Amino acid sequence: MEPGVMIEAHELTKMFGTFCAVDRVSLQVAAGTVLAMLGPNGAGKTTTVRMMTSILRPTSGRARIAGYDVTTNPVEVRGHVGVLTEQHGLYERMKALEYLDFFGRVYRLDQRMLRRRAADLMERFGLSDALDRRLGEYSKGMKQKLALVRAMLHDPPVLLLDEPTSAMDPQSAKLVRDAILELRHDHRTFIVTTHNLTEAQILADRIAIIRQGRIVALGTFEELSRTFVGVPLMELRVRAPLNGLTAQLSSMVQVTETGENWVRYRVEEPELTNPQIVRHLTAQGVDVVTLSPLQESLETVYLRIVEGGDEEARP
Amino acid sequence: MTVSTTERQVVFPDRPAGRWQQIRWTWENALIVTRREVTDSLRDWRIMTPIFIMTLVFPALSQFGANLMLNFVTQYGAELVGERTIPFLLMIVGFFPVSLSLVIALETFVGEKERRSLEPLLSTPLTNLELYIGKTLAAMIPPLLASYAGMAIYLTSLLFGELAWRPQLMLIIQIILLTTAQALIMITGAVVVSSQTTSTRAANLLSSFIIVPMSLLVILESIVMFSAPDADSPNGILALWAILVGLLIGTALFIRIGTRIFNREELLASSLDVLNLRWIGGTFWRHFRGAEKPGPVAWYRTEVLPAVRQLGKPVIVILIATLAAGLLGWAAGTYSAFRLPPDMAMSSEELSSNFNNLFELGAHPGSVLLAVWQNSRVLLAGTIMGAVSFGVMAVVLEILPFGILGWVLSQFAALGLDPALFFAAVIPHSLVEIPAIFLATAASLRLGAVITRQPEEGRTVGEMWLIAAADLAKIGLGLVLPLLVIAALIEVFITPAVVRMVLGAS
Repeated sequence: MEPGVMIEAHELTKMFGTFCAVDRVSLQVAAGTVLAMLGPNGAGKTTTVRMMTSILRPTSGRARIAGYDVTTNPVEVRGHVGVLTEQHGLYERMKALEYLDFFGRVYRLDQRMLRRRAADLMERFGLSDALDRRLGEYSKGMKQKLALVRAMLHDPPVLLLDEPTSAMDPQSAKLVRDAILELRHDHRTFIVTTHNLTEAQILADRIAIIRQGRIVALGTFEELSRTFVGVPLMELRVRAPLNGLTAQLSSMVQVTETGENWVRYRVEEPELTNPQIVRHLTAQGVDVVTLSPLQESLETVYLRIVEGGDEEARP
Repeated sequence: MTVSTTERQVVFPDRPAGRWQQIRWTWENALIVTRREVTDSLRDWRIMTPIFIMTLVFPALSQFGANLMLNFVTQYGAELVGERTIPFLLMIVGFFPVSLSLVIALETFVGEKERRSLEPLLSTPLTNLELYIGKTLAAMIPPLLASYAGMAIYLTSLLFGELAWRPQLMLIIQIILLTTAQALIMITGAVVVSSQTTSTRAANLLSSFIIVPMSLLVILESIVMFSAPDADSPNGILALWAILVGLLIGTALFIRIGTRIFNREELLASSLDVLNLRWIGGTFWRHFRGAEKPGPVAWYRTEVLPAVRQLGKPVIVILIATLAAGLLGWAAGTYSAFRLPPDMAMSSEELSSNFNNLFELGAHPGSVLLAVWQNSRVLLAGTIMGAVSFGVMAVVLEILPFGILGWVLSQFAALGLDPALFFAAVIPHSLVEIPAIFLATAASLRLGAVITRQPEEGRTVGEMWLIAAADLAKIGLGLVLPLLVIAALIEVFITPAVVRMVLGAS
């Protein structure tokens, strides 16, 4: 395992009978970073996470979490991982404190630490007032937050979160995202599976797109965008109408759209070409108001990858 | 906000290295699970209401019933019936709350699976064994406590009430032990059922495979308690001790299966809910027939003989069990209680005369068919019983005749009869018949026991069972049946001649 890498999978494969649920997945996640795992339903995200928590045994390949092998050190792996499962699955007849007490004992937290962490986390997620309520009375969002509290209770260095904000209102979702970013800052490492692409774009340092059990794309958003959507798209706005200038620009870049006083173009090397364009326009007495990159949305990138049928592309 | 610091606040401890510390650690973890589950059960009115009723109402009803019955039968001078009913009702008072453990066990395992609360638990550092022990204890504690409480109430009312019952202490201990053993076997069985199903509906349906035999066992126990000749023995009833041992063996087997198949992968993935007859038939046939359309010789070489080679361990088990049964039969025959009554004992002359009468009936081909049919159906019955009892009943059925033979031989010795006659009547056809019986029983034992073992990599328990069934069929049709035919021919046409020879000589 390379230094600084907290999650490492190499050719991880899971077969159920003849069905291949996860097909030779390889990835590395450095400490203090977030990897978002995206993919259609049934793509193999949950199975991958289950193998990384030593719940399922890989058919072949290997994975190490926080330095522990998922096959040979399952107890240690599970002791160092906080997991938010797809279904939060709480014990509805228990009160929140009893629930956290149970899991705290399982993780061998001493009572003082357990109470302190439970209180802090419950406060962090706005559940302080519900500590003494039975979980059956919790709303869906509250249950989701409590499941997150459970996952974070033992202060694990690695967190594997399956749809962490799926049942939450926007305010609660932001609370959770902030908590993830804060913990990332403190060198906790995350794999977050989600269908919320905006969330993935906000949280993730890198994104893995998984389809039919295989990682078909892995990289930063910018890398994926460049690979799967194309060269960067720029938008130039000037004070006066462009008139014949568009034709001149077409000789320098690939113009995609124009308006009265704006033009959008794609350019291979914006750091070289854009200053030339600005100089050219200034020389002609044209005032440049703005020149900025237009970000493709992750949705565009995701759909291009998932629907595009690109077999494998790892920037 | 003090939740996150770069330095982790909590560090997961390493498991201790020493053996005893590890055992302690395992039990501590298991008891964390048990405590949660028991607390949860105690909060569930659907569990607590019947437990409460069975603990408090049933003993009172039983006590009332016992009084009523004793008074009634006393009028007709049948006090014995009343006296034997009292301990029987004690057993029933204990059994009813214990039967609830089945419901709790199913709820504890498959219910949690259905409510999707299992996966967070499986994501914790608890080991499979800790989860298994924790949940098994949790399913057992409330009903067993209720059972003991119920029996205590019933006993107290009998000992200090109007009846002033004075039972044999050992009988009470036997009943308490039997109740505990019944709870154990039901729960360990339910764990196996639960871990192989994905819905409580399926688990409840499959649990009939546990509750029906248990009910039959209770009936058997009641018959034993009513009719055992040693019912008043201070050492307890021998047959009940035997049942207790049987139950503990069954429990050990269930625990073995449970710990083997109670793993995270099985719990999350397995499903017996879908009955795929085509797959079942195809798998069986593929393993029975073997390679593509083999000829008979090739079939024997590539399919039957390799199947026989798989029977090494089962054959050893059967050999030991058979020898033990024979010796036990012999030993029993030496006790006066089990000796042939003097009015039934025969002299050498009477025995010879009986044999001669038998021989006068003559050797008919029909007798061959009859012998084959008799042996085949016994072996078939053993296979069926073995399939639902981890192979145990197949062995029991097989060793019974050897126990009887041991007893018969001991009676020959006791009566001073010539043992050569015994051997002459048994050995000729047995030389062929016994290997056939051993092969069939060993294959049945393997079939029953295959589910107690970890499946081969890439195969399910069901697939392993079908392969063992195909092996059994190959051995049965390819070897056992032909051997039984040969043995029957010897028994009908050769054994009588040998006996005649011995009779003539003597």
